[in-house]
Amino acid sequence: MRLQKNTLLALYSVLEFAAQPGRQLSVAGIAASLRVSPHHLAKVLRTLGRAGLVDSVRGARGGYRFAGNARRVTLMDVIGLFEDIGAPRPRARRGRRPAEQALGEVLQEIDDTARATFGSVTLDTMLKLIGRHNGRR
Amino acid sequence: MSSVKRRRGATGERPRLRVRSAGPADLAEVIAIDARATGLAKPEYWAGILRRYGRRGARRRFLVAEAGARIVGYIVGEVRDWEFGSPACGWVFGIGVRPDMREAGVGAALLKAITAAFRRLGVATVRTLIARDNQLVLSFFRSQGMMAAPVIPLEKDIG
Repeated sequence: MRLQKNTLLALYSVLEFAAQPGRQLSVAGIAASLRVSPHHLAKVLRTLGRAGLVDSVRGARGGYRFAGNARRVTLMDVIGLFEDIGAPRPRARRGRRPAEQALGEVLQEIDDTARATFGSVTLDTMLKLIGRHNGRR
Repeated sequence: MSSVKRRRGATGERPRLRVRSAGPADLAEVIAIDARATGLAKPEYWAGILRRYGRRGARRRFLVAEAGARIVGYIVGEVRDWEFGSPACGWVFGIGVRPDMREAGVGAALLKAITAAFRRLGVATVRTLIARDNQLVLSFFRSQGMMAAPVIPLEKDIG
């Protein structure tokens, strides 16, 4: 499974914010750590801001800080802002070939599993998982 | 058996949480917790579970979490050998927590207790099976470090 670049940037950013709740982080700082342009990242962060996941702080030393609940926000909540992963596929349309219908059924099964997985992993769970990976280093 | 003291936010202290084996006197509260979660009371099913799992059988556990004088959660599971071709592992097939006690560590304490029991029985893996749309319970098990198992559940409509 592959996620689009902006979706990945949003996930990495929101995890960065959630790991330091209350702390204000600059766009430039996060962009540097993710190796993307601040301009590109700013667009992604604006989408997160409109969804209420981060708050923007204006001013010379402005930036963003986490505004969500890490125990409630799931990966699916973030992914769904950027791409339509696993949206229910149209049911068998008249005129669709049987092979097309059968393949659609299998792909739907994969999509349903992906949605359930992303929908069950909260940011808090991800932070614990990241912590375990850090411990292995 | 384990015992942990938990706080109830800023308003006061929660009674001490105690995890122990279930007994006949706990059944009504267990049935009520399950019925609130599933919308269906199943007294006969739970009486059967108590008969088969209530007595600390060698490889079976039916545990309850008690806070003060009331039952606030339960968990049921057992160690099974070569189920679906896999080496012995602990299976959790039932867990429930009173809604007003969610996010108070009850589920975590129950899972920790049954996991410790499974470990003492010599197994190194614990598994469960959750409906894909049951996000509450799925998220709980995920938060406890559980990941997708290398198995795929399959079914077929035979009606």
